[in-house]
Amino acid sequence: MGKKTGAQILIESLLKENVEVVFGLPGGQALPIFDAIHGSELNFILTRHEQAASHMADGYARSTGKPGVCIVTSGPGATNIVTGLATAYMDSAPMVAISGQVATDVIGQDAFQEADTIGITRPVTKHNFLVKDVKDLARIIKEAFYIATTGRPGPVLVDVPVDVQRSVCEFVYPEKVEIRSYKPNYNGHIGQIKKAAEVINRSERPVFYIGTGVVVSNAQDEILELSKKADIPVTNTLLAVGAYPFDSKLSLGMLGMHGTYCANKCIQSADVIIAVGARFDDRCTGKICDFARKAKIIHIDIDPTAISKIVDVDIPVVGDAKTVLKEMLGLVNTKEHKDWIKTVGVWKEEHPLSYDTNDNKLHPQYVIEKISDLTKGEAIITTEVGQHQMWSAQYYKAKYSRLFLSSGGLGTMGFGYPAAIGAKFGNPNKEVIAIAGDGSFQMNMQEMAVAVLNNIDVKVIILNNQYLGNVRQWQEMFYSKRYSHSCLAKRKECPKWCNTPNRAVCPVYIPDFVKWAESYGVLGIRVTDKKDVELALKKMLETKGSVVIDMWVEIEENIFPMIPAGASLDDMIIRMNG
Amino acid sequence: MRHTLSVLVENNSGVLARISALFAARGFNIASLSVNETEEPAISRITIVVKGNESILEQVTKQLNKLVDVIKVTDFKDIGYIERELALIKITAVNKTSRDEIIRVAGVFRARIIDISPDSVIAEISGDESRLSAFMKAILPYGVKETCKTGVSVLCRGNAGKIK
Repeated sequence: MGKKTGAQILIESLLKENVEVVFGLPGGQALPIFDAIHGSELNFILTRHEQAASHMADGYARSTGKPGVCIVTSGPGATNIVTGLATAYMDSAPMVAISGQVATDVIGQDAFQEADTIGITRPVTKHNFLVKDVKDLARIIKEAFYIATTGRPGPVLVDVPVDVQRSVCEFVYPEKVEIRSYKPNYNGHIGQIKKAAEVINRSERPVFYIGTGVVVSNAQDEILELSKKADIPVTNTLLAVGAYPFDSKLSLGMLGMHGTYCANKCIQSADVIIAVGARFDDRCTGKICDFARKAKIIHIDIDPTAISKIVDVDIPVVGDAKTVLKEMLGLVNTKEHKDWIKTVGVWKEEHPLSYDTNDNKLHPQYVIEKISDLTKGEAIITTEVGQHQMWSAQYYKAKYSRLFLSSGGLGTMGFGYPAAIGAKFGNPNKEVIAIAGDGSFQMNMQEMAVAVLNNIDVKVIILNNQYLGNVRQWQEMFYSKRYSHSCLAKRKECPKWCNTPNRAVCPVYIPDFVKWAESYGVLGIRVTDKKDVELALKKMLETKGSVVIDMWVEIEENIFPMIPAGASLDDMIIRMNG
Repeated sequence: MRHTLSVLVENNSGVLARISALFAARGFNIASLSVNETEEPAISRITIVVKGNESILEQVTKQLNKLVDVIKVTDFKDIGYIERELALIKITAVNKTSRDEIIRVAGVFRARIIDISPDSVIAEISGDESRLSAFMKAILPYGVKETCKTGVSVLCRGNAGKIK
């Protein structure tokens, strides 16, 4: 095969793994790697910030199901991707991150741009490797991809000291992986599956509670079939938006803190909950001791640690969602739950998702509804974190899974825009729209350079309410309207205790997102009136290349329904004054 | 509830850090910890004594198993095993009377006196936790100056704890 340097081995290993695109930023201790990239066919995308590189890799991964890859330098390069790794880890996104490291003989000496990358990233990765010998490099890369993509997927980091990048050895890429201590279990225990099926067959008020695991294992068809066969309504987590057809009468929408009234009612009234690839996150369960008190809980998950971590599970099934559900399909009886489905229908009608449609104000929910209509729910939507994220989850009718990308577990502001760029690299033929708040967008908006320079056609819609809106909502509801440091328009001259925002008197908002977009040679549109929304969105969709729409939405709009943090799912606030 | 876990791990650098970090991050308490190479140099055995209820133990075991470097976790709850720990205890002994008494007490517990200094003696005792703590309790009134324990070593009887 011939001898190669560690850097060459690394790049060729990535090509062997069929890596289509790598995001990142060079630096001193990664120079041999970047030199090897220069002479290779690897498609490398230079980002403006390493954090964004990690989110791009994540967005690519979530939208395609394939592992996302980023390469950064040592020290600050590596610490800058920590947020991206933690984001991917919480949401089970497969990623391989490569970091440069100082030479092995100076590790531990506080060398320039040295950081204990392995130590720092240990709690936010599925696994990490420090490569001490070039002979191990190819095997480690192979293992990194294997670990990242199998079982419950997650990010894996490989730290490569600069002398290892320069060292030379024979390159043989391993055909197979054999890790005796890592053997994910895909097939559920048949005895457990039978038990679960019996409980489902006897149930009168069953509910499916589906999460990321359904998306990861591509089990949408099985959930659909099983729910129809046994007449079981389905609620989804934030990350499983699109995994179940929203227009089905069995669809309940999202559950939890900002979930639908009917989803939360169903959970609280169910006699059996079948959780599939969901982890009973506190945003879904509310107060644990009041969660689904009447229900027996079946939990299908590939990660044994997810089972009975938060909620005591009656029937655990450890395995891959698709494999287990397929098995279950043969064991679950065809059945109708007429009374139950009727009750569900009543709840749906009692309090559907709603906002003021009678006034002519520009409500953010309206914008999302229009995006949903105009794209027919077929566009990839990414979100940042905050109010716009919840409105997007509530009102964007994603047709399939992998069309709604959002940082659920970690709640990372600054995720959405780079994730959209990453998603577009993986899906060049799909419309990709980043929906952002004016706060979140500013956390990684520098990446517009990457979109423009690479002809990446990502649309940005900023729901601009001049606030860190979710923080402001909590301050309004739970802190007596004391808007402490949530206003993004506030200047030194403003009254200290202002809680009466009004665009007519507030200081001019900066940045001017339209001018800012124009400085990148990108079309910027400002919309301040409801009647202009549709036209602007159409113009955006017709335009080739990046577009930024700065939507000046209602400033003090709140997300409803809402369950206050720590309260029970029974304590839903449907509307502020109602 | 006190549990002794035997964790067989790949003898990679940083594996102990992974395990201790897991305990710290998840809020589990380690009562005792010992790490050794095994008969197979690529594998280390980490013996951990954990205090907690059943559900904590279940999570600890699962979380340990989830670590890529962990080969096998054995909870010595339901299988026969041998447990030993060695302790060195420096006890105040300023005169012959107290020295003689300490030597007598040590004899009862089959502890050995391995050092005698003008104002203290050092006793060595090995055994399971109850034996060690009983000796400690008996010797406490004489004044314990310093102690050092090795951490628990455990092996199961027969074949139950072998690597698959």
